[in-house]
Amino acid sequence: MVEFTPRTTDAIPPAEVPDVELYHPHSWWTTYVFSQDAKVIAIQYSSTAMAIGLVALVLSWLMRLQLAFPGTFDFITPEAYYQFVTMHGMIMVVYLLTALFLGGFGNYLIPLMVGARDMAFPYLNMLSYWIYLAAVLVLVASFFAPGGPTGAGWTLYPPQAILGGTPGGQQAGILIMLFSLILFIIGFTMGGLNYVVTVLQGRARGMTLMRMPLTVWGIFTATVMALLAFPALFVAAVMMLFDRLLGTSFFMPALVEMGEQLSYGGGSPILFQHLFWFFGHPEVYIVALPAFGIVSDLISTHARKNIFGYRMMVWAIVAIGALSFIVWAHHMYVSGMHPYFGFFFATTTLIIAVPTAIKVYNWVLTLWRGDIHLTIPMLFALAFIVTFVNGGLTGLFLGNVVVDVPLSDTMFVVAHFHMVMGVAPILVIFGAIYHWYPKITGRMLNEVMGHFHFWVTFIGAYLIFFPMHYVGLVGVPRRYPELGETAFIPESVHTLNEFITIAALVVGFAQLVFLFNLFWSLKNGREAGGNPWRATTLEWQTPTTPPPHGNWGDRLPVVYRWAYDYSVPGAPQDFIAQNDPWPNKPVVHR
Amino acid sequence: MSVVIVFILVIAGISLWWLSHQRLLSKPWLELGVDVIDGTPPSLMPTEKIGLGVFLAVVGCLFALFASAYFMRMELSDWQAMPLPGILWFNTLVLVLSSVALQIAVAASRREQIQTVRLALVTGGLTSLVFLAGQLVAWRQLNATGYLLNANPANSFFYLLTALHGLHIIGGIIGLGRTMAKAWAPAPRPRLPLSVELCAMYWHFLLFIWLAILVLFAGWAAGFVEICRQLLT
Repeated sequence: MVEFTPRTTDAIPPAEVPDVELYHPHSWWTTYVFSQDAKVIAIQYSSTAMAIGLVALVLSWLMRLQLAFPGTFDFITPEAYYQFVTMHGMIMVVYLLTALFLGGFGNYLIPLMVGARDMAFPYLNMLSYWIYLAAVLVLVASFFAPGGPTGAGWTLYPPQAILGGTPGGQQAGILIMLFSLILFIIGFTMGGLNYVVTVLQGRARGMTLMRMPLTVWGIFTATVMALLAFPALFVAAVMMLFDRLLGTSFFMPALVEMGEQLSYGGGSPILFQHLFWFFGHPEVYIVALPAFGIVSDLISTHARKNIFGYRMMVWAIVAIGALSFIVWAHHMYVSGMHPYFGFFFATTTLIIAVPTAIKVYNWVLTLWRGDIHLTIPMLFALAFIVTFVNGGLTGLFLGNVVVDVPLSDTMFVVAHFHMVMGVAPILVIFGAIYHWYPKITGRMLNEVMGHFHFWVTFIGAYLIFFPMHYVGLVGVPRRYPELGETAFIPESVHTLNEFITIAALVVGFAQLVFLFNLFWSLKNGREAGGNPWRATTLEWQTPTTPPPHGNWGDRLPVVYRWAYDYSVPGAPQDFIAQNDPWPNKPVVHR
Repeated sequence: MSVVIVFILVIAGISLWWLSHQRLLSKPWLELGVDVIDGTPPSLMPTEKIGLGVFLAVVGCLFALFASAYFMRMELSDWQAMPLPGILWFNTLVLVLSSVALQIAVAASRREQIQTVRLALVTGGLTSLVFLAGQLVAWRQLNATGYLLNANPANSFFYLLTALHGLHIIGGIIGLGRTMAKAWAPAPRPRLPLSVELCAMYWHFLLFIWLAILVLFAGWAAGFVEICRQLLT
């Protein structure tokens, strides 16, 4: 061990900042509703995201019912089916995953894990949530608008997105979607500024960047990426609004619709695709990086072992973040491009496999000879590793131009991205909720319900998405509401479709058990105490649980070590908290 | 997408430079103690300034993306460049004045010359309003001469970018108003110098963005890109 004597330099902030700078609420409204406490905002973000996520879950059931039993349900017309597909995709990617990882976990964990009292700009943070809520409400409103929500697909490709043939194209649907996205981006930018600046400026004394838990690294890098990627969606949305409302031709080529020449002319739908995927590809990693970070912490804590290759993990997170900005056109192989571009984007896409593989190896090596406790968070973390590897492998298929072209727009793609950015991050979210629920509420989640939830979700997800790869390889196209009598589609596909639908319904209902558990354990869960997992990171060392506004009481924590001191030989316990000066006595600071 | 790629490279460069000062090669598992050698305490720069810097990076990204879209759309056959109304040069001058006034306010607030600060802030605010009015006049002139919003994509970009830039100026004026409230509040005014500095920083950035938009529409940027292309081929 190398030891360092404290220096008295002016550059070091005082160890104890008096708790005076926070706005302290005086009424019920400012404590629980218009709260500026990052932890309350986190719970607001998470509940809103989960509520709208439930809507998307129901939409996926309706889609699956239609695919398995076409013609059985009168209200699922082809138009309705497209609307379900679109809303399911957009809600899950943007309004659930992004909001939950960054707005939910980011808000709760960043200040606690870096040892801050709150976010850097609490008022802006509060505003961020309320604008997000407005975006969600606007989105929900489109279900009640004349013509219903847009059915353009979650990628909203023009020209079809704003033409009459697409549900909502000439009605309110697409407008509401674009307005909602613009609101979301404005709200997110406000929150994102907070997450970045808090990591930069809010760290406690001794918390160097290389001592931050990987969760913070993941959320931090993902936020930086999101701040740079969401503007692309903003630009695309604004330009499409202009095309739709003001008759410009940014994206719209000359068109004849129903025998009638439209006033558009000369625009480029490909331009939209470039803008959309310049956002859309980093978005995959915006969702994945927080999951990577959280899972590293879950594995290390529940295997009672330091994370293997911490520096490599940090570098890999940064490398993935940077690389993800130069791979976007691999979503556009079938849109037509110069072969050299295809080669370039295939190469960059495959290069991302290197830092990603480093992370997977390091997770496995962390587990190697660890004291593995198969707690529910650990089960979810393990399930994530397996699922992410599965989804990543099919990504290698699709990253290659020659393999992607025949597989493009088949159910294989649907299976791939659901595994890698649907199921995998959701498993981490569940694991993280089981892990941090005791800190948030002071009580443990019920384990029996937790085991039931885990096994049904984990096995069920594979029953849904593994057969879907086969269905795609056979050539079944995505986005078709029904297959009809098609010669190349064997009978097994129809049987599998029914099987997948039943699995999807079962998995969906298992989530109700999880929701029930969240509420039931609030009152009936086992008392957790301050640090039930015997974890090292700062959020478990707060003086009271759940932490109050301001988090730390009178004194901010002082950090003496990195975040992964588990099973240190000679230590009194099998973990040493980050603010524990062992083997030295605590130094009394000014 | 070349413009935004260059922008992202610049951001990546700044991030790497910053990261290179964060001891990414250290071995945190070996280090014990509070004040690690060459430790990286949070920057002494005010948090608000860093927050504004991050925000300006996002705004810069937004406009870089619009510039990218502009260049990609320009290559299609129906593009017809648009003449710039003469009043834009006057507007540019006014916006430069606005920036200069706020810079004077910064200098004066450092020397605690409150009268000069107030005068400079008001000048900055008024010139910004004149700039916005001038932009509206430019719109009317274009409309009157038949350069309508949806007549040609070049026109659409002009209206869209000037509108977006104008909206950012309006946002800035709201911030400037809050700063003025601080300037007219009774002394002591501990937070005034920082507020003035933030306003100036924002204004300089919006001036830069405006100059970039102007270069784009005057066609100089396209000429520059053409030279680069010829050099490359």
